Amino acid sequence: MHFYKLMYKLRRMEIAADMMYKAKFIRGFCHLYDGQEAVLTGIEAAITLEDSIITSYRDHCQHITRGGSVKELMAELMGKSEGATRGLGGSMHIYNRKTNFYGGNGIVGAQIPLGAGIALAHKYRGEPNVCITMYGDGAANQGQKYEALNMAGLWNLPVIFVCENNHYGMGTAEWRAAKSPNFYTRGDYIPGIKVDGMDVLAVKHAVAFAKAYALANGPIIMEMDTYRYHGHSMSDPGSTYRTRDEINAMRTERDPIERVKKLLLANGVEAGELKRADKDVKKEVDDAVEAAKAGTIPPDSWLWRNMYVAPLGAEMRGVLPGQYRVPDFDPEYKT
Amino acid sequence: MLPGLLQQARTHGVLCRLPRLTAAIRGFASAQSEMTVRDALNSALDEELARDDKVYILGEEVGEYQGAYKITRGLLQKYGADRVKDTPITEAGFTGIAVGSAFAGLKPVCEFMTWNFAMQAIDQIINSAAKTLYMSAGQINCPIVFRGPNGAAAGVAAQHSQCFAAWYSSVPGLKVLAPYDSEDARGLLKAAIRDPDPVVFLENEIMYGQAFPVNAQVLDKDFTLPIGKAKVMREGKHVTLVSFSKMVGYCLKAADHLSKEGVHCEVINLRTIKPLDKDTLLASIKKTHKMVTVEEGWPQCGVGAEIAALMQELAFDELDAPVLRVTGAEVPMPYAANLEAAALPQVDDIIKVVKSIL
Repeated sequence: MHFYKLMYKLRRMEIAADMMYKAKFIRGFCHLYDGQEAVLTGIEAAITLEDSIITSYRDHCQHITRGGSVKELMAELMGKSEGATRGLGGSMHIYNRKTNFYGGNGIVGAQIPLGAGIALAHKYRGEPNVCITMYGDGAANQGQKYEALNMAGLWNLPVIFVCENNHYGMGTAEWRAAKSPNFYTRGDYIPGIKVDGMDVLAVKHAVAFAKAYALANGPIIMEMDTYRYHGHSMSDPGSTYRTRDEINAMRTERDPIERVKKLLLANGVEAGELKRADKDVKKEVDDAVEAAKAGTIPPDSWLWRNMYVAPLGAEMRGVLPGQYRVPDFDPEYKT
Repeated sequence: MLPGLLQQARTHGVLCRLPRLTAAIRGFASAQSEMTVRDALNSALDEELARDDKVYILGEEVGEYQGAYKITRGLLQKYGADRVKDTPITEAGFTGIAVGSAFAGLKPVCEFMTWNFAMQAIDQIINSAAKTLYMSAGQINCPIVFRGPNGAAAGVAAQHSQCFAAWYSSVPGLKVLAPYDSEDARGLLKAAIRDPDPVVFLENEIMYGQAFPVNAQVLDKDFTLPIGKAKVMREGKHVTLVSFSKMVGYCLKAADHLSKEGVHCEVINLRTIKPLDKDTLLASIKKTHKMVTVEEGWPQCGVGAEIAALMQELAFDELDAPVLRVTGAEVPMPYAANLEAAALPQVDDIIKVVKSIL
């Protein structure tokens, strides 16, 4: 039931983001996760908040699973001071250090070596934790991925490389971008498993296995066979490179939330209980959107904050000549 | 704020330190020994590895090879393979790994065999290391030091001779340091490793083998130099020479020569390129009213270009002459020795330019 509620919340949140983007409350880039909810939900069910997660710019849902609220996420997308990163990051740059969520990274593939590095820190300190390093089928062709795999293998780093294969790297289908689209095998000597990413229970069990493996032996790759209903981002209708039939077929045959719903109903959960859960989620998301809309814009002084932990009197120049500010360090944003 | 913060005496080569009640009184405080820049860097790394077990070194050949330029000699033997990690020749990968480990609380010293190779990793330096504190609204800092030899060496040609000071110093979120002598090397590297922000540490291969006098204060295991403070190497009243790294030595030689002709140059060693010590530069221009900058890098948008812009913005009325720049020639570095020399500033070039504005 928890899985259902969480996935439904993530789904509604992303749909709300779609509407807010079209209504121009959200600017810039907005990469939505709807369709892929089971991957993240299953992963989080198998690990703890002491394990680390890092992902790409398709990161809205990680904020929720790592202890954040829909309200904070919506406010961040709208550039408000109540946002997850105070309006300074935006859609692509959500982080939560306290719960070991390292973003939120805009450059395709850059998060892969970063994730291996986070795993190195866990191992260095003797912690029984892994770093879940998420990337897409597009990023899977990046050179730095193979560099990271190589070092992770050499040093037995407790990193789980999770390829969210939604079959399209932006607008390019996997078979047009990857000579070998068997992403779980592309670690060569590093073992890989392929998982039905639309089945939250399959993901959970596979990740539990992978975590135990990674802590004992070192890196492992997981290919999650999943799908995104939206295009690459809000500026992509998602229909110039794939058919509406394909998208609809996914919705009817493999939707992760419908699957869980069917399982719950078949196992004695009342339809009414599900309807009540739906209503609660809708209300939470709608309230979050309204709260975000009513949020405050960040004050100008925040432009000059948190560039350095130790600014050491560094004077950063503004737009105008002679305009210098020493940036302050205040992660609480007290003023 | 940094332990061992030094009060700098304004006499060339000699440092005084305000006595601290808790410091052991050293009877031989004025005794001088010599130390090469290489040994200065090595001793700094050794001491910082001993001081904080979150510090570790990674890079190509830093371990068994003892360091491509022997900067990390002996450290693998002393601290083990977990703290001195040899990497494959994969800069993008190992830099990303180093940055990720810094996000998660370790303090890596990431060596680039030369800064030319760091271009393969520049996305991780700038988009990951420099910007994440800001993007994460102050949550995730990156206490990493990226270090290695920068600029021209001798006869290594175009792809191995570029100076990157200008590029990195334009990025908010980075600190950029460039030591000249052994005291700089020790003090700035130790400060950089202790600093909680990402530091780009630009060394110079030619300087590695040069020895400089160091006193007991410099050799103290808590000796650090302040980041963001330039050093006046030599006082003078006729013209200010500003530079960093190896060119500081050339400026000092030019100043020696010129002083015999009655022209007294004030020589400023920037030590930190970002944040630039505007105050020291402005104080000097108010005294001499003339400035020449010297760097090995290319002229367009270089460090000298920034200094010239600053001086004419902030001290226009103090200038008796335009701020002139002596820079590397705007060519890819040639191989032939005579052409290489023609592509880089020489002491005579500095003297000539100074004379042109007197």
